[in-house]
Amino acid sequence: MKKRKFEEWCVKVFMVLATIIVTGSFFLIVGTVFYKGFHYMNWDMITKTPSGGFYIGKAGGILNAIIGSLYVAGGATILGLVISIPVALYINLYLKSKLIYANTLRLVFDVLFGIPSIVYGAFGFLIMVYFGIRASLLGGIIAVTLLVIPILVRTLDEVIRTVPNELRDATLSLGATRWEVAKVILRQVRPGIFTAILLSFGRAIGDVASVLFTAGFSDNVPTSLHEPAATLPLAIFFQLGSSVEEVQGRGYASALILTIIVLIITVLSEILIKRFSKHKIQ
Amino acid sequence: MQIRIIKDKIISKLMLVFTLASVSVLLVIGIGLFYRSLPLLQKISFYHLISSSIWKPLKGLFGFFPFIMGTLWVTGIAIIIALPLSLLTAIYIVEYAPAKVRKVLSPFVNLLSGIPPVIFGVWGVLFIIPLIQDHIAPHFVEFSTGYSVLAGGVVLAVMIFPLIVSIISEVLRTIPKELKDASLSLGATQWETIKKVILRKAIPGIIAAVVLAISRAFGETIAVLMVCGNNAVVPHSVFEPGYPLPALIANNYGEMLSIPMYDSALMFAALLLFIIILLFNLISRLILANLERKLSA
Repeated sequence: MKKRKFEEWCVKVFMVLATIIVTGSFFLIVGTVFYKGFHYMNWDMITKTPSGGFYIGKAGGILNAIIGSLYVAGGATILGLVISIPVALYINLYLKSKLIYANTLRLVFDVLFGIPSIVYGAFGFLIMVYFGIRASLLGGIIAVTLLVIPILVRTLDEVIRTVPNELRDATLSLGATRWEVAKVILRQVRPGIFTAILLSFGRAIGDVASVLFTAGFSDNVPTSLHEPAATLPLAIFFQLGSSVEEVQGRGYASALILTIIVLIITVLSEILIKRFSKHKIQ
Repeated sequence: MQIRIIKDKIISKLMLVFTLASVSVLLVIGIGLFYRSLPLLQKISFYHLISSSIWKPLKGLFGFFPFIMGTLWVTGIAIIIALPLSLLTAIYIVEYAPAKVRKVLSPFVNLLSGIPPVIFGVWGVLFIIPLIQDHIAPHFVEFSTGYSVLAGGVVLAVMIFPLIVSIISEVLRTIPKELKDASLSLGATQWETIKKVILRKAIPGIIAAVVLAISRAFGETIAVLMVCGNNAVVPHSVFEPGYPLPALIANNYGEMLSIPMYDSALMFAALLLFIIILLFNLISRLILANLERKLSA
């Protein structure tokens, strides 16, 4: 009898320890990045582009990478939405009676979601070679769009599935076409669409492997789609490899900026998901 | 009246096109990568490619064995570290933690999953590498720079924590409460109930989570690249550097068009990753879908 209680106690201790390690690793990572990056943070960092050559130049900031990242992540999310909303609607409205097709499509998007970004990057590179596009903002946006489509489709799909069937049936019974039903549903799930946008943007802004081949790198803020664009994750990666201390420091500051952006996005989407599920009709 | 119906028809066809186009990406990626790695496959047999250890692109020698072993080492280490910790965490969150604690804990798991890979890499360089170099490796080997498959494995383990925790918690929550109550009412302790009833029911889900985590770890590029040392030899201990497949692709894209067959070799590496990850993903998703159907029926 004692032994059983003792085992229960032991396991509980282990569980608490494991939980502390798992959640603690979050604080450890963010703490490390803050500790290292805070020292190098200054106003120039987010308002100036690097000067005097990227690997050796000691002055300036990383405005080029911040703007480049916003362009790539923003462009990919918008393009991804244009493609994903019709797909999610199609799966839920038009294929509703053919559950096998709908579930097969969901499976395919789940699998696409699992494909690593380096494969999307390599494939994006193949597309660019095929069409003769050079490493540019456009190339980066194409590759990252491929990466975020599965995220957008699956999130939107989950959200649309929470809309009660009665709403659809009532709208249809009033003589509305399926497209008109779709418009009603879209209005209903608006907070869910914001969540999907945030998730997709967060993934897009943090990903390296997909932009490595496709977006190139530049010290300037891109002014057209055909110019190479710097991105934050790549800026971190390249600058850490530099032997100049100031440039490395800029890398740590970039890491801090990226972490802050992503944390804000994640927290916002958490809040939105909470709010959204509060209004859900059971 | 007619116009509305025509509009509906046109839009539905348009949606179908979008759907088919985005789904076919899966097929097009496979075909594209295969087509580009064909020149290499025609010259060197598949078996030779994956079993040879000699990597000398300038001489036209492409042996992927060191990279495959590098990938297996870091993935193996990551799973060995992450599975027990994540399983215990998931059980704690679902079965033990008071509602208040649970509400605090779950967001942190999500926050961890939102951190970009490159930040994990930075953390690895700043924290894990010195830790291994100064405090862990000296107890076992004479010298290690810290850049090793162990560092890659630890960083990957932290990256896959949220994935495993969230899938296993999801699976644990679907197990019927009646089973638990029956076991508890027979006098079993909570841990005995978990061990003998709940985990037994959850095993397919746990396997699916692990398979999914493995495929995630296989494809992780930048974080691993930053801490693994990237040396194209087969590692023989956890303190030796390794060179996983994704790191190979990411590190050499710059030269790939200037050396003959090099681009084909890198696309072959991407194809290998793609096929393995595709299969692993399919397996785990089918297990999960099956589980969901069984439990909802």
